[in-house]
Formats: sequence, C-alpha cells, structure tokens
Amino acid sequence: MKWEVVIGLEVHVQLNTVSKIFSGSSTAFGAEPNTQASVVELAFPGVLPVMNKAAVEKAIRLGLALNAEINRKNVFARKNYFYPDLPKGYQISQMDHPIVGPGTLAIQVGDSEKLVRVTRAHLEEDAGKSLHEEFVGMSGIDLNRAGTPLLEVVSEPDMCSADEAVAYARALHTLVTWLGICDGNMQEGSFRVDANVSVRPAGQAELGTRREIKNLNSFRFLQQAIEYEIQWQIDTLEDGGRIVQGTVLFDPDSGETRMMRSKEDAHDYRYFPDPDLLPICLSEEQIERVRGEMPELPGAMKARFVEAFGVSAYDAALLTSSRELAAYFEAVAQATGEGKLAANWVNGEIAARLNKEGLAIGDCPIAAARLSELVRRIADNTLSSKLAKQVFEALWTSELSVDAIIERDGLKQVSDVGAIEKMVDEALAANPKAVEEFRAGKEKALNALAGQVMKASKGKANPAQVQEILRQKLG
Amino acid sequence: MIQATLKQLSQQLADKKVSAVELAAAYLDRIEALNPALNAFITVDREKTLAAAQAADARRAGGDTGALVGVPVAHKDIFCQQGWKTSCGSRMLDNFIAPYSANVIEQCDAAGLVSLGRTNMDEFAMGSSNENSYYGAVKNPWDLAAIPGGSSGGSAAAVAARMTPVATGTDTGGSIRQPASHCGITGIKPTYGVVSRYGMVAYASSLDQGGPLAQTAEDCALMLNVMAGFDARDSTSLERAKEDYSRELNQPLAGLKVGLPREYFAEGLSADVARVITAAVAELKKLGASVVDVSLPNTELSIPAYYVIAPAEASANLSRYDGVRYGHRATEYKDLVEMYEKTRAEGFGSEVKRRIMVGSYVLSHGYYDAYYLKAQKIRRLIANDFTAAFGDCDVILGPVAPTAAFNIGEKSGDPVQMYLSDIYTLSVNLAGLPAMSVPAGFADNGRPVGLQIIGNYFAEAKMLNVAHQFQQATDWHQRVPGL
Repeated sequence: MKWEVVIGLEVHVQLNTVSKIFSGSSTAFGAEPNTQASVVELAFPGVLPVMNKAAVEKAIRLGLALNAEINRKNVFARKNYFYPDLPKGYQISQMDHPIVGPGTLAIQVGDSEKLVRVTRAHLEEDAGKSLHEEFVGMSGIDLNRAGTPLLEVVSEPDMCSADEAVAYARALHTLVTWLGICDGNMQEGSFRVDANVSVRPAGQAELGTRREIKNLNSFRFLQQAIEYEIQWQIDTLEDGGRIVQGTVLFDPDSGETRMMRSKEDAHDYRYFPDPDLLPICLSEEQIERVRGEMPELPGAMKARFVEAFGVSAYDAALLTSSRELAAYFEAVAQATGEGKLAANWVNGEIAARLNKEGLAIGDCPIAAARLSELVRRIADNTLSSKLAKQVFEALWTSELSVDAIIERDGLKQVSDVGAIEKMVDEALAANPKAVEEFRAGKEKALNALAGQVMKASKGKANPAQVQEILRQKLG
Repeated sequence: MIQATLKQLSQQLADKKVSAVELAAAYLDRIEALNPALNAFITVDREKTLAAAQAADARRAGGDTGALVGVPVAHKDIFCQQGWKTSCGSRMLDNFIAPYSANVIEQCDAAGLVSLGRTNMDEFAMGSSNENSYYGAVKNPWDLAAIPGGSSGGSAAAVAARMTPVATGTDTGGSIRQPASHCGITGIKPTYGVVSRYGMVAYASSLDQGGPLAQTAEDCALMLNVMAGFDARDSTSLERAKEDYSRELNQPLAGLKVGLPREYFAEGLSADVARVITAAVAELKKLGASVVDVSLPNTELSIPAYYVIAPAEASANLSRYDGVRYGHRATEYKDLVEMYEKTRAEGFGSEVKRRIMVGSYVLSHGYYDAYYLKAQKIRRLIANDFTAAFGDCDVILGPVAPTAAFNIGEKSGDPVQMYLSDIYTLSVNLAGLPAMSVPAGFADNGRPVGLQIIGNYFAEAKMLNVAHQFQQATDWHQRVPGL
C-alpha cells in the first residue's frame, strides 16, 4: 500500500529577553543551580507575576514576520498540573487568546517553495529542570530556567516528509534568530521541536492517528526521529496493528522512538484565565512601532537576491539562512557586481570551510572585503578557479591581501596569447600520438593535450584560452 | 492608654507623653494576659517588637514627625513579613519564615508602625468563623462562647480586646467586615486594586483585598493612607495617585442619599439585627441623610457565584504547597505522588481541602462553561446591579451578617449554613467595590452588630465620612468588652 505522511510541528522558541517573563530575574544560561530564581520563580506564598513587555514585543515581531494576525487582546491562562520543577503547580500560558493568530511560513524544498500554515503562537513561561542523575535516591530541582519566556509556535499539519519538517524547522530557526528574538542555541534548549506525525493510506481524506515526538533539540534528531517514526507507523499498520495516540520520546543512541504516555493518561489541565494578570491589550501604535523596528525579512531578501543578483532560488535560500550570512554575501555581491560568482563562493568554499572548522560566519577569517578582491580577480581572469582555491587557502590562514598572495606565490593566470601559443606548440610537438587520436575523432585526446599545457604552465594558463588555442591549432 | 485610638496614640507619641517602647510593652503585656483566653495571636515576639519600638523612638528622636511612628499594629498572619513566621493559619506553613515582606508590611514599616505580632485567622482565609485555624479557634472578646467571625478573626478580636490599637486584615468575601461586625469594631475593605496584594498569601486572587481593622473610622482612614497605593509588583494594583482617605471625615451628611437594598432586609435577616440597622439608618437621617429604596436583584446569586469563583482560583493558588521548596512535607513516602498526597493531606485542614476539591471540579474539562464561566457572568450582573443602584444613592447601607456572632461549633458541621451567612458581604467582593463595617449596636444576646456601608468604586473617603459622622453621634464604637 502507498502511504501518505502528515506532520505538524510545535516549536518552543526561547525569547532572548534579559529578564524573565514575570520577574526581574536574569535569564542567562549556565549559572549555578537555583541562583537565578527569585521568590517569584520559587513560587513563594504571596508573590505575583508581572508581564515582561519585551517578551510581548518579541512575540509581535514573529507574528508580523509570519504575516499573521496579531491578537489585540491577550489573555493569560493557568495550566494546572503538579510537577516538582513547576513551582506554582501551574504554568502561565495562553489558551483561547494567543498573541499570534494564523500566519504562514515559506520553506524551500529542493528547488520549489512551499507555504506552511502557522496556526498560532502563544507566550508562556518555561519550567525548571529536574536532575535525576546527579543524586542517589533523590532528584534535584534547578529553577534557573523557570520563568524563561517561551513562544510556542504551532503549525498546521502541512508537511509530508521528514525533509519538509526539517526545512520548516530550519526556516523558523532562521526567522527567529534573524528577528533577534531567540539566540537559536539548540543544545541549550533555546529552540525545541515537538513533531506530530501520522500516516494514512494515500488518497484517504481522514487523518491517521498521530503520535507526538517530544523535545527534539537538533535538526539531525528531528530528521532521524521522524523517519524512524514514519517507518514504525507504516510497519505497525501493515502488520495489522493499530496506532495509539500518545507522546513518544526519541532516543538518539538507538535511533528509535518509544512511548512515554498515551492519550488516556493525559492531564486535565483545568485551564482558566489567570486572575493575577489582566488581559494585555495591544494598541495599533505599539504594533506599528514594532513593525518599524523590524529588519528586512529573509523571504523578501531572498526574492531580492534572485532579482538583483541573478542567483538561483536555491542559492538565495541558503544565503538567507542567517542575517549575518546574507549581509556577508550582499557585501561581496555589491562590491564586485558578480552576484552568481559571489553566491558560489559563499555557499561553496566559505560554507564548507566554516562547517569543517565549526565556525559561524561572524568568525570567518576572510572578511567580505577580502573575498570581494578574490571574486574580482576571478572575474577579471587574473585567477583561474583552481588558482583561486589556492589563494583562498592563503587568505584563510594569513592577513595578506589577494593581490599580495598572487604576487608572493606567482599565481597570476597566464592569459597572454603568445605565451600560451608557445606552450601549445610545444605540447603538440611532444605528443604526436595524442594529436593523431584527436584528428581521428577522439575528443578525449584534447583534454590530455590541454593537461600537458596546464602542467607546463604550472597550472597558471587560462584553461579556456588553452582549449581555444588548441582547437585552432588542431583545426 | 490601652483604650486609646490610633489618633490619640499618635498625639501622645508626638507630645512625648509616652514612648514607642512603653506602648509596645504595654500592649505586649496585655496580649500575654489575654491571649490564652482569646487565641487572637499566633506569633508574638517580644524581642523583635521591642527592637522595632526602639527604632521608632530613635526615628522620633531624630526628628521624624510621621504620624504613626511608634504606633503598634498587629498583622494578619497572611501578610509575608520578613523574618516572621507567616503561617496563614495552616499547618502547611507552620515552619515557614517569610524571606521577604509584603507591600502592606513594607509600607507599615516605612510609616514607623511597630509590629506586635501575627494574628490568628481561618486557614488560608477560608472561613467565616475562625474555627478553621490550625492554631485553634479564636474567641469573641464579647462572649468567649461566640465566634469572632472570620477570616480576619484574630485581628478583629485583638482590636476589640484592645490587644492592639489597629490591625491589618484581608477581605475576600467579607473577611474584614464580618469579624469587625461580630467584634464591635470598625473595618474597611477598599476597592479591589487599591491595596497591593504583593506578599499577601493568595486565596482567591480576583477577590482578595487588604484593609485595616481599628476602633474608629478615623483610625481606619489613617491606616488606609499607609496601606494603599500603586505597586508595580501587582499587575492588578491600580495606578492612581496617593490620596488622603481622611480628607472628607468632617463633612456634614446633609444631602447624603443612602440606599437601602430591599434584598438585604428580606427573609433571613434576624429581627434583632434588623432593629439595630434600622436604628442606625434613623440616626443617619437625623444627621441629614435621606433614604432611598434600591434593589440588588442578583444578591442571592452571589453565594453560588462566589463559591465557584473563589474555590476555582484557590485550587490553583494552593497548588504551590507541594512540600518541594518550603512548608510542610510528609516524612515518609514511597514516590513523588505519595509525597504530594501525604504532604497535602497532612498540611491542609478540611475546609481548605473542600474548596480545593470544589475548585478543581468546577474547572475540570466539560464543566468549565457550566460553572466557572456562568459564575463570571453572574459576577458581571451583580456589578451591574450596584452600578444601577448607585445611580440613585451615594452609599448603600445594610447589615453585614444575618445574625450576630453564633456560637463556636454551631455551624462548623454544616458548611452550606456557614456559606449562607455570607449573603450580605460576597456581592461587594464580586463587584470589586469598597465596603466597611461600623459598630451600630447589640443583638438580643448582647453580641455586637455592625452596619455595613457600601460605596461606589473609589468612594472610600465618602464611606469613611459617613462612618465618622455616625461615630461622632453614637458611642457604639467606644463600647469595650468586659474582659
């Protein structure tokens, strides 16, 4: 049977406010346990929450970037359940009146773009952490994270493969870091993904029973977990089994998902409006002010790159995967007027080298101005792409300018017709067998001859010119 | 000296006729003598109190002319007070020493008031009789067989017995007014949002409001001046300029229109309370007030609405008492769930458990609309009733409770009977209005009866004016129980 996959994601985006969502405590990561929890996070008797305005405005930013409805009236609700790392015994969240209503997010799947519908995004507070390993026969509770502002972004079940789900998660990750509302650090839990996955026979209108994979903190785990879960569900159904709605956890070591709790064990959260927080009503002015402070968005920038620099949509999507990268590319493209070449170098050598060394674009030892010189020297035929790669190596490890490296290492491409002709003549004379083969119609023999010329020039001859002169002489 | 009002004590301190230390010592002695019989205080700490009194004397000596510097006060055990046990009348918090002070405490400290100790109360402010305290029932100073009212019963009894000139209290459904009425003293619950709830242990957040209990309306005004004010740490605190609640005290009542809601004088009101209230109204008429008939048709619905909303909020507010971070924790348990269950089973009394269960029930899936949402709609209707009534009058008058204080144990077995006695006080909290109780006479059994004055939003100064003028013309507030 052919199966159709349906995936929706819920992403917890940690907002990078200085202080917590309901108190002035610091949100910095990695402090000694319980040193960043005031009486408010500790839920002492009598304490009250006060809304962090910055968290609200960061949520508005995302809403505007998603072209979503910004709800003017915001109600905060108590979600009741007992757990030791939830000090109040309830989480303050939004139920019926989320700050961000329906919107969309464009994702790039291969060469095509797809719009994923975003259902809503609501503000809530994070819980603390339970530490089960550090203590024998006891559990530790660290409330430093308690009260950290979260924006939970819920998508419609619009994705139909692990690749699409990852593309959506990446696009959202790009957007929230682009907007400066989240540090995007997935290891530290700043961006956590839950995936709702179901399968159904192709063509069936009714959705299959879904299982929710909780707390995926890398794109690789997201991909693996969804792929495993899809296969598991298909195998189960094909074996005549039945999917039980529930929550599953992904074990990165085994690469498998396993049931945590079924829907039958689900809590009754007894939501009701939090009487300690009055509804927050947003004014047009406030929303417009936030809009005015927004940077150009990745989607708009992507379209502009395609339009202005002639790069492919695929390349433009890669280039706009972060604001820093996009700025870097744009600087090179602007300085050289060579958009495509710049895109190739930024998405090619630069990206590969950064990735290999685990660096971010901000840490790139080759500043945009230096890469621009390199691109210019390729464009004006001073360097062949092969030589350019040699210069790139030197650029990466030294402070020298491109021209200085070319000079030092004698890497200037030979484009002088006379010089190349001389080398071609020598090569033809030394390889009569190859000349014969070419004339007999063996096209490959030309490459062997060109190779000899390049070798003789120590790689510096302009390869295109070599080919051209060879053909002339042989023709 | 012990009979003196806040106003008189303030004068004596200013005139150096008495020191803060002398005052504190005198009240501490009286507390020591009377508390075994009345059980009005949970915690008294002579050393701390005398140290605070010395500091107050030093302030006066240093030129601080604050009216209340050195005046003693007793705090309801619901306000977190740094360094003091803050039990809220519960075993759950029997070991809880507050690490911070409530806004009300901070303001009292800043004004130079000297804390005498912590007064008894119904557990987590749930109750109308003060029988629901882990520390035992409080006795009514007028009759030791009677309840003092609740939940601020300790504060009311302490003021009535002159163990303190003034006390703080909280009122969620009548918890200042009803004990003030039963103990023959004056108490005011301001408009919701006037007194910060920061540091006030929450019972029902949308209804809780702090306020003072004292001998006179004038003292209440002075005390409210200290307690009220905007506090950014409470999102429901009203951002209004500080006001002087005593500014209208001496205005004559000529032209005042008082409304008598017919629903407050219908079936259920005992004859002797009706007699006292009628006489009080007559007194106000003599002072120039005119009487209009008003209607609050949804009064009866206040009981079911309150007993849905308050438990619902309480069920969540009290979830934090889980034994994890502070407070009581069961000693033996086999897992987390058993720790929760035993901790809460041991830490909470039966009325608290009852309200947590009711609250959890009305919020549960499928019942929310039928109970909580419906109750919120009733709440709006009740507020609308008052808005309409205040179109015809300046203040509304009525009884505080259907009867004078009942006997200890009389209703404790029947929670519904107990709830019904809150009929005249609950609406005010549901509407967020200010209201007060003023001593107005005695029931047939010799127990005090208070007159309730309900004002429109922010009409505290007007209510205090009415109460003060009444007290200028009567001496009910000067009657003292024979102890």
